[in-house]
Amino acid sequence: MRQTKKAILTLEDGTIFEGQSFGFEKPCAGEVVFSTAMTGYPESLTDPSYSGQILVTTYPIIGNYGVPPRNGDANMCAHFESEKIHCEAILCQDYSWEYSHWLADRSLSEWLKEEKVVGVCGIDTRALTKRLRESGSMLGKIVIEGCDNIDFKDPNKENLVAKTSCKEIIEYGEGSKTVVLVDCGVKFNIIRCLVERGVKVVRVPWNYDFNTLQYDGLFISNGPGNPDFAEETVINLRKAIEGNKPICGICMGNQLLSKAAGAKIYKLKYGHRSHNQPVREVGSNRCFITSQNHGFAVDNKTLGADWEPLFINMNDDTNEGIRHKTKPFFSAQFHPEACSGPTDTEFIFDKFIELL
Amino acid sequence: MKKENIKKVLLLGSGALKIGEAGEFDYSGSQALKALKEESIETILINPNIATVQTSDGIADKIYFLPVTPYFVEKVIAKERPQGILLAFGGQTALNCGVELHKQGILEKYSVEVLGTPVQAIMDTEDRELFVNKLDEIDVKTIKSEAVSSVADAVNAANALGYPVIVRAAYALGGLGSGFCDTEAELTTLVEKALSFSPQVLIEKSLKGWKEVEYEVVRDCYDNCITVCNMENFDPLGIHTGESIVVAPSQTLSNDDYHLLRELAIKIIRHIGIVGECNVQYAYDPKSMDYRVIEVNARLSRSSALASKATGYPLAFVAAKLGLGYGLFDLKNSVTKVTSAFFEPALDYIVCKIPRWDLGKFHGVNREIGSSMKSVGEVMAIGRTFEEVIQKGLRMIGQGMHGFIENKPLNVADIDKALKEPTDKRIFVIENAFRAGYSVDKIHDLTKIDKWFLQKLKNIADTAIELEQINDLAKVPVALLRQAKSQGFSDFQIARAVLKSDMNDAANANLLVRNLRKGYGILPVVKQIDTLAAEYPAQTNYLYLTYNGTENDVTYLHDHRSIVVLGSGAYRIGSSVEFDWCSVNALLTVKKEGWRSVMINYNPETVSTDYDMCDRLYFDELTFERVMDIIELEQPHGVILSTGGQIPNNLATRLDAQNVNILGTSAKCIDNAEDRHKFSSMLDSLGIDQPRWRELTSLKDINDFVDEVGYPVLVRPSYVLSGAAMNVCSNDEELEKFLKLAANVSKQHPVVVSSFIQNAKEIEWDAVAQNGEIKLYAISEHIEFAGVHSGDATIQFPPQKLYVETIRRIKKISGQIAKALNISGPFNIQYLAKNNDIKVIECNLRASRSFPFVSKVLKINFIDLATKVMLGIPVEKPNKNAFDLDYVGIKASQFSFSRLQGADPVLGVDMSSTGEVGCLGENTSEALLKSMLSVGYKIPEKNILLSTGDAKQKASMLDAARKLYEKGYSLYATGGTHAYLNDNGVPAIRVYWPSESDKQPQALDMLHRKQIDMVVNIPKNLSSAELTNGYKIRRAAIDLNIPLITNARLASAFIDAFCDMTLDEIEIKSWGEY
Repeated sequence: MRQTKKAILTLEDGTIFEGQSFGFEKPCAGEVVFSTAMTGYPESLTDPSYSGQILVTTYPIIGNYGVPPRNGDANMCAHFESEKIHCEAILCQDYSWEYSHWLADRSLSEWLKEEKVVGVCGIDTRALTKRLRESGSMLGKIVIEGCDNIDFKDPNKENLVAKTSCKEIIEYGEGSKTVVLVDCGVKFNIIRCLVERGVKVVRVPWNYDFNTLQYDGLFISNGPGNPDFAEETVINLRKAIEGNKPICGICMGNQLLSKAAGAKIYKLKYGHRSHNQPVREVGSNRCFITSQNHGFAVDNKTLGADWEPLFINMNDDTNEGIRHKTKPFFSAQFHPEACSGPTDTEFIFDKFIELL
Repeated sequence: MKKENIKKVLLLGSGALKIGEAGEFDYSGSQALKALKEESIETILINPNIATVQTSDGIADKIYFLPVTPYFVEKVIAKERPQGILLAFGGQTALNCGVELHKQGILEKYSVEVLGTPVQAIMDTEDRELFVNKLDEIDVKTIKSEAVSSVADAVNAANALGYPVIVRAAYALGGLGSGFCDTEAELTTLVEKALSFSPQVLIEKSLKGWKEVEYEVVRDCYDNCITVCNMENFDPLGIHTGESIVVAPSQTLSNDDYHLLRELAIKIIRHIGIVGECNVQYAYDPKSMDYRVIEVNARLSRSSALASKATGYPLAFVAAKLGLGYGLFDLKNSVTKVTSAFFEPALDYIVCKIPRWDLGKFHGVNREIGSSMKSVGEVMAIGRTFEEVIQKGLRMIGQGMHGFIENKPLNVADIDKALKEPTDKRIFVIENAFRAGYSVDKIHDLTKIDKWFLQKLKNIADTAIELEQINDLAKVPVALLRQAKSQGFSDFQIARAVLKSDMNDAANANLLVRNLRKGYGILPVVKQIDTLAAEYPAQTNYLYLTYNGTENDVTYLHDHRSIVVLGSGAYRIGSSVEFDWCSVNALLTVKKEGWRSVMINYNPETVSTDYDMCDRLYFDELTFERVMDIIELEQPHGVILSTGGQIPNNLATRLDAQNVNILGTSAKCIDNAEDRHKFSSMLDSLGIDQPRWRELTSLKDINDFVDEVGYPVLVRPSYVLSGAAMNVCSNDEELEKFLKLAANVSKQHPVVVSSFIQNAKEIEWDAVAQNGEIKLYAISEHIEFAGVHSGDATIQFPPQKLYVETIRRIKKISGQIAKALNISGPFNIQYLAKNNDIKVIECNLRASRSFPFVSKVLKINFIDLATKVMLGIPVEKPNKNAFDLDYVGIKASQFSFSRLQGADPVLGVDMSSTGEVGCLGENTSEALLKSMLSVGYKIPEKNILLSTGDAKQKASMLDAARKLYEKGYSLYATGGTHAYLNDNGVPAIRVYWPSESDKQPQALDMLHRKQIDMVVNIPKNLSSAELTNGYKIRRAAIDLNIPLITNARLASAFIDAFCDMTLDEIEIKSWGEY
């Protein structure tokens, strides 16, 4: 039998799940969230939106295809969504100690250890998920045999946007048009999707006053945690929507644009984290399968008079995007850049580029 | 929104079960009919498969038991005038028929709208050249191939591509006539055969060793698309997907891989213009992101049935609704009832499909598996690790294996070769290889199976080796025991690993492990399949058990108000859709009578495993261990064992020993009927006759017994070395050869020898009794004489040619047996009758294969009545009798010899048919003609080749031959038959056997030139010697798709039928009109 260390997950309601460690051995704490995606653990782990969270994968078998190499250039690695793993821990039922994929150069376990991130397997992730579904997302902590204990920690009480955003301006790509990308914890694939379409991307920190820059279009990225911490971005956006230059947002970007448009944001019971969220374009028969990762949502009823919902979630009728009734401003709560997940809504980037 | 003009819809079924087209289409057709019914649309079904659920009362409004061919479908259309037709739910049979109806302008003539995918889109996917061009238009890569229609062109194409190449026949079921060729000689043989089935053959570059991945895609008429499921083959490209072990979801694809192929699948379905469901198969390079599209099936398929079961997404139901004009956004997820049907299921488990082969039933068949399908059924295992599902699945297959490991040793002479050239046993060769010290890398090199899968298998082997270090169950560490269970080890496997040769009593050893682990608290948990991986609660109870979890999803009331019905497991030769019909009907009655219905079954091709057929579906094993696990959780009122065929029946004694309440006939009585010795002495004490038999353990005893009873004898070894399990031997030489080659005779492995009675009638008795009193019965007669397995025989009900005296005696004997065994529930007895001399051959205290047939012909549901009996409800004898019927039902068998390369297509005591049909008619001829046409026979046009066996058989065929001659047929006959016919005034033209190669005309040449429309070839003796003249003729007829009959009685009856009446005279009457 393989000798592994025992790892105990304790939820804030006192529930205990026992498993084995396959990652870095240290105690950790965060908000426990589940994702029902069946592929894409390297992308999810490097997605800044998971910052501060303990990720539970409902798909039971993880690690099958190992981890791809850190190819790419100084500003962007080829196969990841950011430079590092952002979540506090990953929890699954069955970890594949041996992996198999032509692209992989190490196992998930090795990668977690390198990045000092906790991994636990042998957990009944379905039972855990049901608990989160019934009680809502909860705080949790993981203690590994022989390690110290730790206190619960609520990541929604800190400014995770500031933590994950870039600290200075970085430029990508070439093109006659310039897009300012406000980095609230951006996923690399948003940058890739824009650059591929022949524009110059200027990635700025979350609280940078982009109104001082010359640009053809404004893009607000995804990001982790509570949007209330990004008030500075909202203030900058309020200025921008007085103008007429195209604006697009994704995920956190949708929430911040909505806030700028006067809407209220609320926390979902257990969020949307999956590759199979159905959304419908309002007023049409067009439906899309989307990749999602968010815990907060826009309250449709509170949108300003000039604004309207653009997409609606077909399962629970929550907001999935907004648009301005007359100006070229729109955003999506889901992830058109996918990575991981379905690529059906990549046309959002085309729409944005057309407007420039 | 819904099309308002559609009020009446015709659905085409798939006919008899055959290799490549099996029970999955009963499931998809039933779902589609359910969807239409919900819309208050009148439904008409054409399907001659009488044993299916879809051809039952209340599923379709009208049912026609007629061949699914353009001729009959047109007749039904003319009579019924439906506004719409569904072509996608009856497999390749329905699709091909639909394309033909379209081409002949019949659909247009009667203004019938094809609902769902348009016919043009079907043709674009079926014709390889159109298909490749279509995908070229959107820059999607296909396997480059050349369409040829002659052998010479095929050779040129192959030379240009370079060997190895793959040959594919267009418009063919499950890869029929397809295969790999390494040389020009191989190519020539295969192409010639393929061209006899299909006008066009494709020659392609082989991509052996690539991964094979499938996506099930759905599109509505608003262009909304979803991929419901993706699946990955364990076996790499080169092995037909129907022959592969398949897992869902894919395991070795990264996010980029997964979504590359998903995106392509959606691009393809949009471009082709599917409305409904289709399946896209890919070859995927294991070393890059290169891919090829292998094929697109523009219809519900075996894979879509599997995907439905794997995910809980009802593909056929949704596809039917989309055909009516609904958008996906109009429909709800049938599991959660609140979320949208426009979504892609998220699985929080893994499923594994494993094919079931029955190659051992055939003489001469090639056991290698490859690009054409030979398996007859499949199982699906659900769990939360790959180790768990593969082990569960290998047990489910039901061929004596206990999982991946701890099986009866398999003798593999050359492991490398057996890994490289896969047979139906390859997975077990991998186990041997691990034992022999092969590394994962080496096995990968030989098999090209992805190392991920191999590593998981190695984990199982490692655990077994660790267990084997221990010799005492009490000393097995708890953690190791838990690990073994979470890797799918059964209690038996653990017992065998630890106890080794000390394990004398397997059943007891099982219980030892069971009690041990229960003491440690190692118990399986019940999980629900909910389509959304626990994101939303499920409203249905689609369940499985796993050791990879700590909490049950369902709560148990323990009010003893549920009834557990055990299903029939994998379809196999001898047990298929008929037992699913029985199981489903038992569930329906259980529910109707106010009990909660619980089903245990694991066959993804069935209706009984549809989660809305019962209150709780456990998609899990039917082993003693698992059934006990479920019974302990469920604490039911009782268990029904008698509607699922032999698998549940075999559990009777062991369940009884655990005090499980077995409903109906007691376990002791079941044992008295199953145990040959007990049953025989009971018959003796009742004064009921049976063929003489004896269980013998040495060659000398066998010879002595044969001296006593005389030849021929039926020999049934308990340990089979190779080939079929039973054989008839007519002389010393045959007996010696069979016992030497095929069987192992010893004290441990006795052989049962019985006297074989020739030229006797075989009669089926199907009945229901209550407390030993018969309440309902049906007597059917075989058209063939005894000696053809009852599952292969052509059966007529009500009997038309039995003496009243025979019937009276059979009723009396059956009554005595029912009383002696105190039967409560369904049972079946097989009789031999010669003059009015009646002998019992076999008695089963369970429903038999013919229950749906007699129920539907008599229009009284035997299972409904039997279930009521088992629930303890007093029942009355129905006030109806077979003698009141003014019509006849005939059940004919479907053979799949064309798929079983090399198999001798001759019928014998062991069953070889894969399916059946049942048709009704005013008289024997009409019913027989309909059923023979339904299983693929054609009325011959001109030339018939006869070789009619020994003297007796020649004589019995004489009238039929004369009739043919008088009808203007040209008769061709081999030597003996030719002489006999001419001597008796029937002119025939002499043709020569392959062994008379210097003479002309050669029978084989005439077959190859398609100059013969039907072959009647009656083997001379009852043992099937291989490589004889007769074999070559029979095999050629099969390979060249020429109708072949090998039984004199059936041949005569068929010839009578088509000489007595023409196609035109066949009445087009629905079931209800009889």
